[in-house]
Amino acid sequence: MSQASGAALLMQCLVDQGVEFVFGYPGGAVLPIYDELFGDERLRHILVRHEAGAAHAAEGYARATGKPGVVLVTSGPGATNAVTGIADAFMDSIPLVVITGQVPTALIGTDAFQEADTVGITRHCTKHNYLVKDPADLVATVEEAFRIATTGRPGPVVIDIPKDVQIAIPSESKAPTKPGSHRYAPQMVAPADQIAEAIEMIAGAERPIFYTGGGVINSGPRASELLRKLQDLTNAPVTSTLMGLGAFPDTHPDWLGMLGMHGTYEANMAMNKSDVMVCIGARFDDRVTGRLDAFSPESKKIHIDIDRSSINKNVGVDLGIIGDCATVLEQLIEAWGSNKGKDLGEWKARIAGWRARECLAYPEKSKADPSAIMPQKAVERLYEMTRDRSPIISTEVGQHQMWAAQYYGFAEPNKWLTSGGLGTMGYGLPAAIGAQLGNPDTLVIDIAGEASIQMNIQELGTASQYRLPVKVFILNNEYMGMVRQWQELTYESRYSNSYSDSLPDFVALAEAYGWKGIRIENGDELDAGIEAMMAHDGPVIVDCHVAKDANCFPMIPSGAAHTEMLLYGDQVGGTMDDEAKALV
Amino acid sequence: MKIKSAESERHVLTVMVDNEPGILAKITGLFTARGYNIDSLTVADITEDHAVSRITIVTNGPPAVIDQIEAQLERLVPVHKVTDLTTAGPHVERELALIKVAGTGDKRVEALRIAELFRANVVDTTTASFVFELTGSPDKVDSFIALMRELGLVSVGRSGVVGMMRGAEEV
Ligand SMILES: Cc1cc2nc3c(=O)[nH]c(=O)nc-3n(C[C@H](O)[C@H](O)[C@H](O)COP(=O)(O)OP(=O)(O)OC[C@H]3O[C@@H](n4cnc5c(N)ncnc54)[C@H](O)[C@@H]3O)c2cc1C
Ligand SMILES: Cc1ncc(C[n+]2csc(CCOP(=O)(O)OP(=O)(O)O)c2C)c(N)n1
Ligand SMILES: [Mg+2]
Repeated sequence: MSQASGAALLMQCLVDQGVEFVFGYPGGAVLPIYDELFGDERLRHILVRHEAGAAHAAEGYARATGKPGVVLVTSGPGATNAVTGIADAFMDSIPLVVITGQVPTALIGTDAFQEADTVGITRHCTKHNYLVKDPADLVATVEEAFRIATTGRPGPVVIDIPKDVQIAIPSESKAPTKPGSHRYAPQMVAPADQIAEAIEMIAGAERPIFYTGGGVINSGPRASELLRKLQDLTNAPVTSTLMGLGAFPDTHPDWLGMLGMHGTYEANMAMNKSDVMVCIGARFDDRVTGRLDAFSPESKKIHIDIDRSSINKNVGVDLGIIGDCATVLEQLIEAWGSNKGKDLGEWKARIAGWRARECLAYPEKSKADPSAIMPQKAVERLYEMTRDRSPIISTEVGQHQMWAAQYYGFAEPNKWLTSGGLGTMGYGLPAAIGAQLGNPDTLVIDIAGEASIQMNIQELGTASQYRLPVKVFILNNEYMGMVRQWQELTYESRYSNSYSDSLPDFVALAEAYGWKGIRIENGDELDAGIEAMMAHDGPVIVDCHVAKDANCFPMIPSGAAHTEMLLYGDQVGGTMDDEAKALV
Repeated sequence: MKIKSAESERHVLTVMVDNEPGILAKITGLFTARGYNIDSLTVADITEDHAVSRITIVTNGPPAVIDQIEAQLERLVPVHKVTDLTTAGPHVERELALIKVAGTGDKRVEALRIAELFRANVVDTTTASFVFELTGSPDKVDSFIALMRELGLVSVGRSGVVGMMRGAEEV
């Protein structure tokens, strides 16, 4: 191996790491690596159409398979184009290894052609990053990068490799650097006394609730199994963040639905009134807590998280447990032993009362256009008609994303791909492509908005090239609906720049890329359209026209408490004070 | 509407890090990105093989923010250990300052007399100026500088605080 160039060593490392796919786009500063890829059957390079697509596709692959996503892009614009996806992965704890080309070492700092300070630019949106200046360091660096990306709290790691380092052969006199084992050792197991304390709190609870999040998904499918087991022992009702959907089955009688800004009435009320809250792999995001001083005021709080910085960041807790979800859940189950727990009958009855509000009920017809399909209805039908194929659902960002979260049910982990933390429009299509590559036999659907889908629409070509049968289901409301909704609520319906003007003909666009295009305009075409989408064995865009005026409820307005939720039928609209307006 | 602010406390943190390129930018960048304060920061490598650096950061913020600062620092891969000297127990803080004072006559004599009281060394002199070297707690340096202000202070260079636990512990 001593005669191998940096690029060849890199390739060998990727193979050793079990990498199946590299999502990338070539350019001057990565040509040596692309030359190594040429004819190498061990890895499959997926040529995207824009580097943002590469990063999101790698994210989708990672979330749907649990394996790290690998990205390869050139220096300068290649790297900067990938930054949004890297930042997205950082916010949502998605394991990525991003390899960026860099100008040759001697030219670094000279404003060379396509030079950008990639390490500087990505410093605060990566879990860690490297500039490799010596090919002898490459193997150790790549090994460490994969370890860091995939263990502890997962996240993106960037490896910036100057072109000369890709070409050079490491000198034999210099011993190759060994990965530093002294650093980076995430704590997986919780101390026994904390487990005992947690059990005492849970067993003594009269109004317990499990508030679960993306950490359960990050921890692997076993964590979801163990969550179900612990719930079975304790009988506690369960709610989840947007990122944790699928960890607990939506069909379970103790499932409360999602919590937070667009969560269910029962989930938010139960959070507010609980006496013991067990937060498992969630991070008390502002979308979830609403007004902090009114957030679950009476509860004792337990927080299980692998990242100590998540604990006590936004909400002070009574018992912070640093550890991995699956490991700690297992410890809790073992420690629960023959505990009985309190009778939760009264608590469940209160919850049943909140459920009876039927917060997800929506008007049958749009006020503005009574013949239009209600978007919620479209998602409900999509769910009913596709659920037995247990599909992977990705989304873009906006109202359609929330409707997908509310009206599509998830029974398993790794089936739900969405951009939660950064809220990146344009995530869904490339993520679906990545997920489809990792799961060739699974039905993959991107539930999209007509505005978001245009942000990475070029990736239609990627799906065509690799014959990926992904489906894009556009809830076309001719508005940046989520923006329009906020303008209706806070700015007296002054719809500044939120109308989706000059839309393309999505059916013709689909056909131009070799996809099938289907348009649904009336309610009576809905089922047939979904049927036709599923019947086609290639990629399909469904342009489903929906009511333009539908809003996403329930909603906790900015700065409000869990108990101040707006439901359909509440009088809304108008303006807000500046304090509320300043919140995002 | 008003921008809110909260009560601050001063804390001295020592951070042991791998001595690798970019680590300082990572740490200072973390402070700016998350809106934390840096009152002073010192760094130098401290092991025989130059592999580990010790960074001392003086910061201020409400207790919850200080806790976040520590947690966020620990999250950085090259960081081995973070110690909050302020809460960890008795510790010493020292700072080095170079202070230039220019003047003649009474003021010059007075400056020299005060320097002796503070055990500051004269490391450079001309007939019209001194450069004093002073080591001590930040408070001591502050008071010396305040006095020199009246006696022809020309310029000040301060190293920022380095801190260490008292007793046999490693930190
Ligand atoms: C338009 C829009 C609306 C939104 N509305 C809502 C809403 O109504 N409700 C909602 O919930 N969200 C909503 N979100 C998403 C929201 O912004 C956050 O992304 C989300 O709430 C965060 O989910 P989480 O707390 O599960 O954390 P994640 O971001 O998934 O973080 C996971 C947490 O688990 C920890 N962790 C990771 N791995 C492990 C492990 N192995 N073991 C233990 N811990 C681990 C991490 O350290 C972290 O603290 C919305 C987003 C958008 C774009
Ligand atoms: C890259 C990016 N730019 C801007 C936003 C702000 N934003 C959030 S939702 C939204 C509108 C999305 O419109 P559409 O895709 O049609 O979805 P809808 O809300 O109508 O379902 C916008 C502009 C964002 N989240 N991401
Ligand atoms: Mg729209």
